[in-house]
Order: sequence, then structure tokens, then C-alpha cells
Amino acid sequence: MEHLIDIALLGLLMITGFAIVRVRSLLAVAMLTSIYSLLSASLFVVLDAVDVALTEAAIGAGISTILMLATVALTTDEEKAPRHTPLLPLVVVIATGAALIYGTLDMPHYGDPEAPVHQHVAPTYLHDTPGEIGVPNVVTSVLASYRGYDTLGEVTVIFTAGAGVLALLGYRTRRRNITGPGIRKLVVLRVIAKLFFPLILLFALYVQFHGDYGPGGGFQAGVIFATGFILYALAFGLGNSQRVIPHQLLRIMMAVGVLIYAAVGIESMLLGGKFLEYRVLADDPITGQHLGIMLIELGIGITVAAVILIIYYGFVSRRH
Amino acid sequence: MHDVIHDLLGLYNYWIVIILMMTGFYTVIARPNLIKKVIGLFIFQTSVFILFISMAKVEGGTAPIIKEGISVYSNPLPHVLILTAIVVSLATTALGLALVVRIQEAYGTTNEDDIHVQDEED
Repeated sequence: MEHLIDIALLGLLMITGFAIVRVRSLLAVAMLTSIYSLLSASLFVVLDAVDVALTEAAIGAGISTILMLATVALTTDEEKAPRHTPLLPLVVVIATGAALIYGTLDMPHYGDPEAPVHQHVAPTYLHDTPGEIGVPNVVTSVLASYRGYDTLGEVTVIFTAGAGVLALLGYRTRRRNITGPGIRKLVVLRVIAKLFFPLILLFALYVQFHGDYGPGGGFQAGVIFATGFILYALAFGLGNSQRVIPHQLLRIMMAVGVLIYAAVGIESMLLGGKFLEYRVLADDPITGQHLGIMLIELGIGITVAAVILIIYYGFVSRRH
Repeated sequence: MHDVIHDLLGLYNYWIVIILMMTGFYTVIARPNLIKKVIGLFIFQTSVFILFISMAKVEGGTAPIIKEGISVYSNPLPHVLILTAIVVSLATTALGLALVVRIQEAYGTTNEDDIHVQDEED
């Protein structure tokens, strides 16, 4: 049964992929990309990657689509036909694809428990997590503790992206709200947005602090938190959203998150451990791990939420 | 015959991933519109995510959240790598789209062919 869902979802993904290439209206393409992301998020649930599915649904289907729509609004909706014949690219693509398919022929089969990828460090992580880290979600323990260095790098990448978009698009304060009169008439949208806004923020906090026990964590929570404010800005205008979270605050938050993460590392060095060795943070190693993971997840959440809102403000405050 | 079907089912995920990857690659190299190129990259990235997550799946396993009474879990390591990769994909998409917006403002178009023509005129 699981296998059938897998086959069907991959088939749908392929159809959506072809549609994205063929369709000329960029507005339609942005929506198709959102469907593509949502389909892959569903596939990740079938493949047991619940944390990944949550991230993909929030980022791929949510934020990326909003950014694409914002770009289409600032540029043009119509894609012109290419001037060259697509023959050469087609040959290149088919040749590359054939070579890659040839490469898969001696790969371990789908679901094979004997595959080399399952023999290396993964069994250690699964075996040691309950005793060493004490959190049930192994994805969180690997992300935040065993491979904490990597994650610090990722958070820095996010910070850099925020700084990059800030440098490219800048930011202008808007006193006036730029929602058109059309949106003001959509009473249902405004009521629903108002009702959902606190619930989305509450759910973000749940995902943030329940990430040790179930799917979730700082990355997902940060995105969901930002989504709440984006929904609010869409329905009530950018100006109102900025009165709640002003741009200056976001710029500080963006750096504070990374600094919290790095500070936890330095604190554990000061207490006699290695960089990001959380077990020295408290008397009991397990409590130390819990404390360390909670603090760095908080840092991740703050940076991710701030960067996404900065990117969104950057795109939306740009005049056509 | 039985072996062929066995191979087909076992490698199906990887083959679809390759088709998706090539769809994205084709969009990047054959389509002149810059937004479409960024979307092509996005399709390519997502197909790589599916490749990693397909490899992490263990037959009969469950999500890697430790619970009494369950002994087979899927591999958590690719999940971690891809979770962070998704966030990085947002970073690259956002930067790419920001560049597209700036190109639109400088050239008045997002079509690669038109940009080349304007560059040659200067």
C-alpha cells in the first residue's frame, strides 16, 4: 500500500514538472511550483521523513511561492518564446539523464535495510540517542547535538541570505498601507486572517518547543512564525504588520539568533567542554543536552523568522 | 521476468528523480525567462531532496522518533541533511529572485535574449 502511494505521488510530481516547463503564464507556473512542493512534502511523509515534510510544506509550498508571486508582480507574467531551437538543450538533457540512469543500475534497491547508507553512523545515532541525549526525536538530536557544527553553518547561511537580499533590494518604510481597495472588500479573508493569526503563532511556538519529542524544531517554527505575519500583512497591509514587527527590530533579531547559537558553544567551552558540547551546561549531562538543544533551537527560530520577514518586506516594499 | 519487475520497483524512485532533475535542468538551459530559470533550479533542488529521502527509507521502518515497542526506524541522517538543505534552498531562491527584480529594474525585461541584445548595443 505504501509502495502504491509512493508510485502515485512520484507520477503526479512528474506530471507537475512537465506542466511547469510547458506553461507560459508565470503566475500559473508559480502556483504549479507550490503544488509540486506540496506533493513532495506528502511523499516525504510516506517515506518516514516527517521533519523534512513539515519544512518542505512551510518553505517550498508556502514562502517560496509567495516570493515567486511577488517577483511576478514586480516583473511580467508572460514568458516569451525562446529564440533558439530547443534541440541542443534536449540532446544535452537526454544524454545526462541516460548517464545518470545507467549509474543507478547497481544502486541498492528502495527500502533495502542492507544498503551501505544504513551501515555507517546512522545505527550509532539511533542506538545512542536515548542514553546520551535523552530526546526521542533522533532528527533533532543529530541536527542540534551530534552535528551541531553543521547546523551553526546553515544558520549562518540563512543570515547571509537575509543580508544579501537586504543589500540587493534595500528597504523603504511605508507609512501608507499598500493593500488595494479590492482586498478591503474581501471581508471573509480579513476575518479568517484575523482568526488564524494568533493560532498560527501559537502553533509556531508548539513546533518550536515540542521539536525534541515530535516533528519540528527551530527551522520549521521560524518559518511558521513568519508565515503568520505574512498572512497578516497580506490581509491588512504592510504598514500594519510593520507596526507590530518593525524592520529595525528584525535586523537585530536576525543577528541575535546566530549569536545565541554561537554563545551556547562558547559557554560550553568556558565551562570546560568542547565547542557546542552541551553536557557541561548543567550538573546532569542529559539536562545539559536538553538545555543546549533548547537554546540553539531558539536561536535558529529567531534568525529564520527574522530573515524570512526581511526578505518578504524587501520584495513587497519595492515599487513596481 | 520477475527480476526485471523487481529492479523496476526497486529503482523506480531514482528514475523519477532523474526525470525531475532533467526537467529542472532543461528549464534552466532552454528557457530564456529568468524567473523560469530560478523555478527550474527549484525543481532540480527538490528532486535531489527526494533522492536523499528515498535512500533513507527502510522497508517496514517508521519515522525516527524513538518509542517503546518499535525496533525498525528509517535512517535519520539524510533527513537532517535535507532539512537544512531545504532552508538553504529558500536562501538561494530568495537571492536569485532578488537579482531578477534588480535586472528587471536595470534592463526593463526578464528575458535573457532581450538582455543580450541590449548588452550588445552598448
